[in-house]
Amino acid sequence: MTETCDVAVIGAGPAGLAAATELKRLGIGRVVVFERFGVAGGIPRHCGHPPFGMREFARVLTGPAYARRLVRRAERAGVEIRLNHTVTAIGAGGRLTVASLDGAGEIAAGRVLLATGNRERTRAQRLVPGLRPVGVMNTAALQSFLYEEDRVPFRRPVIFGSELVSLSAVLSCRRHGIRPVALVETGGQVKVPRPFLLMCRALGVPVIEGAQLVSIEGQGRVSGVRLRDAAGRDLQLAADGVIFSGQFTPEATLARASGLALDPGTLGPSIDPVGRSSDPHVFVAGNVLHPVETAGFCWAEGRRVARIIAADLRGPGAAAPARQSIRAGAGIRYVVPQTVTAAGPVRLNIRAEGAAKGHLYLRDAAGRTIACRRVHGHPEKPLRLDVPALDGDALAGALSLTLERET
Amino acid sequence: MAASPTVPDIAIIGAGVVGCAMARKFAMEGASVVVLEAGADILSGASKANSAILHTGFDAPPGSLELSCMQAAYDEYLRIRTDLNLPVLETGAMVAAWTAEEEARLPDLLAQAQGNGVTDTRLLSRDETLAREPKLAAHVRGALLVPGEVLIDPWSAPLAYATQAQALGARFHFLAPVTAAHDEGTHWSLETPAGRIAARSVVNCAGLQGDRIEAMLLGAARFEVRPRKGQFVVYDKAAAALLRTILLPVPNDRTKGVVLTRTIFGNLLVGPTAEEQQDRDRPDVTEPELEGLIAKAEELVPGLRGMPVTAVYAGLRPATERKEYRVHAEPARRYYCAGGIRSTGLTGALGIAGHVFALWLGAEPRDLVAPGVVPQPRMPNLAEHLPRDWQAPGHDGIVCHCEMVTRREIEAALDSPLPPGDYGGLRRRTRCAMGRCQGFNCLARLATLSEGRLRAPILPEDAR
Repeated sequence: MTETCDVAVIGAGPAGLAAATELKRLGIGRVVVFERFGVAGGIPRHCGHPPFGMREFARVLTGPAYARRLVRRAERAGVEIRLNHTVTAIGAGGRLTVASLDGAGEIAAGRVLLATGNRERTRAQRLVPGLRPVGVMNTAALQSFLYEEDRVPFRRPVIFGSELVSLSAVLSCRRHGIRPVALVETGGQVKVPRPFLLMCRALGVPVIEGAQLVSIEGQGRVSGVRLRDAAGRDLQLAADGVIFSGQFTPEATLARASGLALDPGTLGPSIDPVGRSSDPHVFVAGNVLHPVETAGFCWAEGRRVARIIAADLRGPGAAAPARQSIRAGAGIRYVVPQTVTAAGPVRLNIRAEGAAKGHLYLRDAAGRTIACRRVHGHPEKPLRLDVPALDGDALAGALSLTLERET
Repeated sequence: MAASPTVPDIAIIGAGVVGCAMARKFAMEGASVVVLEAGADILSGASKANSAILHTGFDAPPGSLELSCMQAAYDEYLRIRTDLNLPVLETGAMVAAWTAEEEARLPDLLAQAQGNGVTDTRLLSRDETLAREPKLAAHVRGALLVPGEVLIDPWSAPLAYATQAQALGARFHFLAPVTAAHDEGTHWSLETPAGRIAARSVVNCAGLQGDRIEAMLLGAARFEVRPRKGQFVVYDKAAAALLRTILLPVPNDRTKGVVLTRTIFGNLLVGPTAEEQQDRDRPDVTEPELEGLIAKAEELVPGLRGMPVTAVYAGLRPATERKEYRVHAEPARRYYCAGGIRSTGLTGALGIAGHVFALWLGAEPRDLVAPGVVPQPRMPNLAEHLPRDWQAPGHDGIVCHCEMVTRREIEAALDSPLPPGDYGGLRRRTRCAMGRCQGFNCLARLATLSEGRLRAPILPEDAR
């Protein structure tokens, strides 16, 4: 007989653990979290530096300490966490195929929460030119070396990227006696507020903006990188490693393989305002939806979606309200959720293409403005737009979201 | 100086796919074999980058050595693959015509295929082409169907050859480039960083260094290697649903052109480019060419637009100043050369080995005693369409989640008779870190698991 549970949560990161804990707190019977790694906690488990946990535990924690607390809290609430369990398919009606140490099995879940997180774009995905020596990795692999395996993979790496995670890479390096040669942003403008760069420089890491990466060099191991700076000059940096940080992309393989509708902007699953995917049994939370938000944001999102799932399980709620999609127009890289309904107000999570300075407009099919807000932020800055409950007229056709830039 | 009885019959220089097949053939016939490889592992040069197709030879030059080697090897591969557990994915290939000129060339190509003995080839109309491959761009005009072209695992095959050779007594030396060679009259004395190696005769399977090795041994080389770079883009596994059949271009005079094909591992790849260059050890990837491959792939299969890229790679092919294989012998110097295997080495290797063995035995006749029992080492299966290790209990956990590689598979590779010599070798033997995250999740774990077990370690010496 197939094993059953009320809710199966896929992924034991901040979103999944928060949701599972909240589901138990709300009195849901059997909540099982499937985690493919041998350790629960998600990405924070190898971010060995603060600040984590302000919102969740009202204190400043390192990533691993934060991850441990999330796990403890979930276990105390009665959540079953199954490590070394990989969900390989989500079938119709919440039927999961799961690979474990014992081979493959199945479990039938009343509802499924997909919380598989995201990862940094690889060197290959960025089409980075040059040779392919050993010593090129993402921040997560570096931190896994430092915090999980207790090994130092290089001493003088070059870090590419200038997002918050890039600074996390700098911090991780400096705490382990690694001296990055430079932090290089090839996209022109750095992706964090300027003051963060001062921290980089204070740690002795020069910041190079607007340089092109000409090639990675090194036959066996990395020997350096060749850059072309903003003025067109060639620049060679000797280095024994390369870190590609940031440019997160959802870990959406399972969603894709299971036939869930994906959003071309995020490359993650498309959801409605309550977090439901194109499969009515499957909800989604965390960074698989929106690369990338903080652990705290994902945690709060997981809790919010848990409440929806609990209500949905207790149904038979009202029929799903009519939804209308939002088209990401000029200047918009993505918007989550991808649809709105008449059911109530919703806060849109938005990223602009590049730096955002101007007004966000959400308009209905007739061209009427439904919501508008002035924004001003560095690239990658999370933008929010609150949308009121919509009437039938506003939902007559697809809505459009645009960024009208100030010059 | 006379060769002592312990001097092996043959030194094979180079453990690419041709060298591995060569070692297997000589060892199976009872010859004593030593293999000298410059890299830390087998397949360290040209053989590590290819499109992983077992070709029928339908478009090979009629009457050529290349054709006869490919066809002999094709049959032999299918004959031995069950014993060695080598996978085949029967996809067939289509040479698709996209312009009127290309379409006009299809009948000649069909005639060539038929003339080459590939008699199950036939022309497909546009409708038949699209019926077979509905995701192709609408401007396809027709195709030549070659049912016998199939996909194989480009790394487990040569590993099986090498493992079998070793089980029959062949000795492999790695990090052993030949730096000097002395003809001692009855045998060769080959200097390497791993020591001086003696062997009666030499087979040059040195690939990109083939002409240099020949010049070193004979004083001058009969051919000149002109490296040709091929870049590839590998798409996410989701892309494999878009194409069943191998998609070949109508060939031009120089290369087989850009191929779009599934891999036996469940991905879709496009490549290679064909770029002439001087440098023999610089298989670098370049952005405009990778973007060109992606544009080409999207042009042929529009559904690939926006599909994530999993990997990019480049290899150098040992092309020469002439198109054909450069296979020749200098019996008086006890020297044999399998050079200029620029494109069809994965397919042709077993046939090339048979051909060179016959050359050697004809020139240096001797009574060989073939081993009574031939060991049949079974390769671990990595093909996606066959059962994988993670599906069987007791695998001790999945280490690489993108490619579903288990701890048991990694340990088995590291403990195998011919274990990986470097990170690339570990990846090729298990597929670890070959998937979409490229080691984001598993690189650190792999470094620890393989610590002290690779000739060229993942971590530097001061990593602790």
